[in-house]
Amino acid sequence: MMRQTILQYINAFVIGGLICAAGQVLIDRTKLTAARILVLFVSLGVVLTGLGIYQGIAEVGGAGATIPLTGFGYSLAKGAFKDVDKYGLLGAFTGGIRATAAGVAAAVFFSYLAAVAFKPKAKS
Amino acid sequence: MQHVMTKDDYRKYVDKVSPDSKTLRNTLRAFFVGGLICVIGQFFMNSFRQMGFDQDVSSSLTSIVMIFLGVSLTAMNIYDDLGRFAGAGSIVPITGFANSVASPAIEYKSEGYVLGIGARMFLIAGPVLVYGISMSIIVGIIHYLIKH
Repeated sequence: MMRQTILQYINAFVIGGLICAAGQVLIDRTKLTAARILVLFVSLGVVLTGLGIYQGIAEVGGAGATIPLTGFGYSLAKGAFKDVDKYGLLGAFTGGIRATAAGVAAAVFFSYLAAVAFKPKAKS
Repeated sequence: MQHVMTKDDYRKYVDKVSPDSKTLRNTLRAFFVGGLICVIGQFFMNSFRQMGFDQDVSSSLTSIVMIFLGVSLTAMNIYDDLGRFAGAGSIVPITGFANSVASPAIEYKSEGYVLGIGARMFLIAGPVLVYGISMSIIVGIIHYLIKH
């Protein structure tokens, strides 16, 4: 049990680290902006899940696969699949947002509160 | 005779040598910081599972906690420093997504609560959602067509 947990953390570290390292190589080699990297990684996550590849990565990597933005794409696609199986074609439109609702809502709400409560830092 | 490097030669030499070692250094930093953030995520994930929540609920709760951390560190001006060190290691995890929402929201507060905070928070998150959601719909439709 203990060994299994340690292995889980190592897998999360390695898989998550590799995905971030891939992003860094893209930034340094291609001069892609952060926004483009994020869009690329989400899209990649959706496509790899659509092809049935990311499920295996998530199984091994755990949070190492779900915490990076590719994992956001994975949740979107997985949600779309799940809702299509449940509600038919309508599910393609409801599944993605349903599966990622918590994260998106939290990002919007917490950011709004932070913007109201905090002053922008002085430009240095 | 000793070969004397002109300033120009030297700059060319530096340009030739430095990008690779800089890329390697940046990549290692991204690997360690990104990996560490995922380990923190795994810790919350395991904790929620241990409390008895199922996989999907634990995953959503973990996202909320990580986003809360990302927004908080952004508000305290810590995430930007982390970003300068870790590069993609802090951009690619979901905490980086949270940072991309909170950072412009705080920065453009002076432009007002509606067109400042309200609109600018989607500067980067907007495109991410546009492409992510659109592609998930396409993938969902393909899944439907294959099944039926």
